[in-house]
Amino acid sequence: MDTKIPPKPVSRRKFLESAATLTAAMVLPGVMGCTTENIDEFLQKHFVELSPAELEKVVKRMQKQNEKKYGKAGSIDATPAIPGVLFGYGLDISRCIGCRRCVHACVKENNQSRDPDIQWIRVLEFNKESGIDFAEADPYYCTTASLHDKEASHHLGEKKEGEAHGKAAPVAVPSADAPMKLSPVQKSILENPDSQYPLYQVDANKVPASDPACKVPRPGHFYVPVACQQCENPPCVKVCPVKATWKDPDGIVVIDYNWCIGCRYCMAACPYGARHFNWTEPKLPAEDFNPDTHYLGNRPRPRGVVEKCTFCIQRTRKGQYPACVEICPVGARKFGNLLDPASEIRQIMERKRVLILKNELNTKPKFFYFYGTAT
Amino acid sequence: MTNIFGFIKFCLGLWTRGGRYYWAWVSFLCLLIISGVLAYSNQLEYGLGLTNMRDSISWGFYIGNFTFLVGVAAAAVMLVIPAYVYHWEPIKEVALLGEMLAVSALVMCMLFVTVDIGRPDRITHLMPFLGSPNFPRSLLAWDVLVLNVYFILNLTIVAYILFTGYTGRPYKKAILIPLVLFSIPAAISIHTVTAFLYNGIAARPYWNASILAPRFLASAFCSGPAILLMLFQILRKVAGLRIKDTALAKIAELMSYAMFINLFLLGAEVFKEYYSNTEHLIYTQVLFFGVGDTKVHYFMWPALIASIVAFLLFLIPKTRNNPLTMNIGCVLIFIGVYTEKGMGLVIPGLTPDTLGEIYVYSPSLLEYRVAAGVFSVGFLVFTLLVKLAIPYMEKSHAHHAA
Repeated sequence: MDTKIPPKPVSRRKFLESAATLTAAMVLPGVMGCTTENIDEFLQKHFVELSPAELEKVVKRMQKQNEKKYGKAGSIDATPAIPGVLFGYGLDISRCIGCRRCVHACVKENNQSRDPDIQWIRVLEFNKESGIDFAEADPYYCTTASLHDKEASHHLGEKKEGEAHGKAAPVAVPSADAPMKLSPVQKSILENPDSQYPLYQVDANKVPASDPACKVPRPGHFYVPVACQQCENPPCVKVCPVKATWKDPDGIVVIDYNWCIGCRYCMAACPYGARHFNWTEPKLPAEDFNPDTHYLGNRPRPRGVVEKCTFCIQRTRKGQYPACVEICPVGARKFGNLLDPASEIRQIMERKRVLILKNELNTKPKFFYFYGTAT
Repeated sequence: MTNIFGFIKFCLGLWTRGGRYYWAWVSFLCLLIISGVLAYSNQLEYGLGLTNMRDSISWGFYIGNFTFLVGVAAAAVMLVIPAYVYHWEPIKEVALLGEMLAVSALVMCMLFVTVDIGRPDRITHLMPFLGSPNFPRSLLAWDVLVLNVYFILNLTIVAYILFTGYTGRPYKKAILIPLVLFSIPAAISIHTVTAFLYNGIAARPYWNASILAPRFLASAFCSGPAILLMLFQILRKVAGLRIKDTALAKIAELMSYAMFINLFLLGAEVFKEYYSNTEHLIYTQVLFFGVGDTKVHYFMWPALIASIVAFLLFLIPKTRNNPLTMNIGCVLIFIGVYTEKGMGLVIPGLTPDTLGEIYVYSPSLLEYRVAAGVFSVGFLVFTLLVKLAIPYMEKSHAHHAA
């Protein structure tokens, strides 16, 4: 047996020092950052297990946090599904012009992070010749992020260590309706009388500066906006290891942002790229905060959890249309109750040619694409 | 009870004594661990945005390493089967070392999952009673369960063998043998469940192939024994582990079968993808030739060549029985499987993403630092465990000699 005394006391001291540093590094942030609020948050139960009284307490705590962050408490309701309602969505591919107004209406309505950008709706541009072929889809049409430079769109705003990814410099993202500084080229695009529908910028990094001829719809192309398809058979719900996401009775797939552990298995499982992760603290300027929120919908999300489209649960459960339906300038978006034979969505399904994305996967989306006009 | 305290004291005594190389190795690992902890605390503070993972490629280096290490953990114990079948003399030692490797690999597995999740503070949500594990639907919930069961099982076996070794009393066969035998199907199950975790995702055609679980097992049978084979040789020199050359050659021979099956299954997949030439070919194309700016193929070709060369070295009796070429083969197969079951599995599975976008992922410096830290924890655990095993082996060696 080796009975030698360690020849190098330095290495032992080093060892002890490392052990001490290690312990300190692990324990200190935990102890220092602990407030009663944190403890309450840590001990909070799953949404479906909360009693009304507990839910009220939780909501109060969240409102306090809102007050601190955005200067407004806002309302956080937990309106349940309306009995006899199963929501369905229709999108008219023949009408969509790819203007991305829906993307930005959604961002505003649903308190999505402005930096880094989180957008629940992704508008894909396809060639008319090849049809809906995802290998040919271009989500960056009319932006500076060309097909060969897709990485640029994955930048996260602020970098700490200088080691994180990103070619693009951090640039503040103007809100959709705030006046934006435009380059002469951009101005010419937006003011081009030939451009029937001025393009809405994805964000300040991706204004279409490189392509002065860019206006939508581009000839030879058509547009397919994709967001959560609210599947009847959702793979994301199946794979979630902690039941943090589930399908409510009205068909909306929701997430408890306070239960999600951020493993991102649902993102691997979703066939529609509908789920988005908060890779860092989402930034939502106080003036952009939409105070009318739903617990399972558009309330501000914490870092490290997954989020997605909820058919604007905070609006639709109160009888309003989703924000994207309201904003669409060409009426390409339809919404209604699939259980009501008189609803617009049911009428569309009966009279138009309807298709769903990736039907071979048997996810049974409640998001129906259709051709409303002959062209 | 005094025995337990004595045992702990005995362990601490062994760990704090060692030669120059031992301390250099331990300090080196500790430095890497500190670097990893610092990097991870950065990640905790800022978020996973410091990695290069994004919505398009939402799993990366961490999960790739996790997957590879599950294989190591599984195969280490499966080596007990041939040890029984071929009546290798130091079967206890083979089992003990296998279980120790499994314990260390599992420590790394769990750490890799922990560093990958966005809310490690909510890890209790995965636990029965405290949280709400999604049984029986979520394969990840199953994976957490089987990995923990397997971990506790192996740790118990290791601790029991070492403890009886310390007290000098013979271990109770009625306790140990069932545990060791149970660890074999448990080993197969952890790797199968991990394969199913990918396999079950219909949205990712690259993973959604029923050949995946058999491939996982075949490749694990290459990488796990490779580590043990090298370890046996080291311990034979420094601790007098009584393992014969014939046993080593037998392990090498068994590995060559596993390598053959592994290459054959890979070939079967490559044939199907290229001959049928559907839209799903693109993922295999990313793996071997790259699409756009993807980089995985730069690593895949050397890895494939390493696997083939290793297979040939292990197939030919002359090179298999030569210690030098055998060890070269071990290193090569390790490289091959690490690439194939790590990044070679995760990245092409997610590239292009479900809407056709190609995001070129390569790990950030922070991911490398955290991963190096996790590997160092595993190596440190393994080093400390093996250090306990050495006097035990010397004892049983002396016993045999007497």
